[in-house]
Amino acid sequence: MTHTIRVDIVSAEAEIFSGEATLVVATGELGELGIAPRHAPLITRLKPGHVDVVATNGERQQFYVSGGILEVQPQVVTILADTAARAADLDEAAALKAKEEAEAALANRGEQLDVAEAQAKLAEALAQLQALERMRKTLKH
Amino acid sequence: MASGREIKTKIKSTQNMRKVTRALEMVSASKIRKAQDLMKASRPYARLMRKVIAHVAQASTDFTHPFLTERENVARVGFIVVSTDRGLAGGLNSNLFRRTLTSIREWQGKGAQIDVVAVGQKAVQFFRRIKGVNLIGTATHLGEKPKVEDLIGVIKVVLDAYTDNKLDRVFLVYNDFVNTIVQKPRIEALLPLSLVANELENAGGAESEGVKVEQTHDWDYIYEPDARTVLEHLMTRYIESVVYQAALENLASEHAARMVAMKAASDNATKVIGELTLVYNKARQAAITQEISEIVGGAAAV
Repeated sequence: MTHTIRVDIVSAEAEIFSGEATLVVATGELGELGIAPRHAPLITRLKPGHVDVVATNGERQQFYVSGGILEVQPQVVTILADTAARAADLDEAAALKAKEEAEAALANRGEQLDVAEAQAKLAEALAQLQALERMRKTLKH
Repeated sequence: MASGREIKTKIKSTQNMRKVTRALEMVSASKIRKAQDLMKASRPYARLMRKVIAHVAQASTDFTHPFLTERENVARVGFIVVSTDRGLAGGLNSNLFRRTLTSIREWQGKGAQIDVVAVGQKAVQFFRRIKGVNLIGTATHLGEKPKVEDLIGVIKVVLDAYTDNKLDRVFLVYNDFVNTIVQKPRIEALLPLSLVANELENAGGAESEGVKVEQTHDWDYIYEPDARTVLEHLMTRYIESVVYQAALENLASEHAARMVAMKAASDNATKVIGELTLVYNKARQAAITQEISEIVGGAAAV
């Protein structure tokens, strides 16, 4: 088993690849990496780019990752891929959007009874009616 | 036969209602499947992530991440509440909110300030009305196939607040999908992570064993570029994946709860139709009987 290494490539949304390989090539933050069996334990961030996996039968498979983390353990290589391109400013924008939405929701508070709220109240009233109906029935029998 | 037509219209409208609830039931039943598949697909990532974090935590680094250290004074508590966008799911959301409120009041009793991040339209509508609760971020319309990107914003809001000492503890609230019939509201400690790690180690037989065995290695990694950056990255991704999984669990719960609620509604509609039909037939029979007796009475008089 010293000539192959187990490779797992997963993202938060799906399992991308899992199997034995003789070589893994990926783009680390500090440069291109080639991981062969018996590589020293390593953990690094990945840049967006290709990940090449050379399977035991010599077949070369290529995956695209938009960033993530590569971890090398004595027998296992794990790639935790990001699902989308990530950058500090993009994350910042997303956070800002979430905040703004919250503020907008707060600003709308009490302005008018929204439909969902009314529906919820209706459902509650109906449930009460139903309970009454049931009670009446059990009393009758 | 005065009320005959009225009853008939009622029967018709109840039948139409039953058609709608049946359709909704069927739709939800098929969507549970998909949601479960999504849940399954996201598990390997979280599992491997947990392993890596266990390794990193085990490996001797002289740097402890703020996410891993517990704070003495808890002045502000954050809740990430994952709810559904739409209603008609029985008591799913209201049970969840009730549990959350209980916990919120408890913390308020201890003098803590409460910040809430609402995921899903229902949580937004609920928490913007609650007094003494500060809504700091929302994410809605995740749809049938939630994406991690949809949640990045709210997670960053929480993580930033935590790093800036604006939050001292963060909880994640969602509906745990036990099976199609049972969904349990769950409150999980998200930050600091030490609490979570303990919980996870106890969960699952073979998996956690694997983690523990490998933890006994005493080698350290080569970090590129450095331990701090890598750990930072790992923590963020891990928390994202935890919240993402909660969203998926909640999605499966939503469909399951809706299916059950709609099934109950369809059954009730069937019952109502039966009763109405009975009333209708009685009314018809009464009218006929009356008519006959009138004719007979008339004939006898002649």
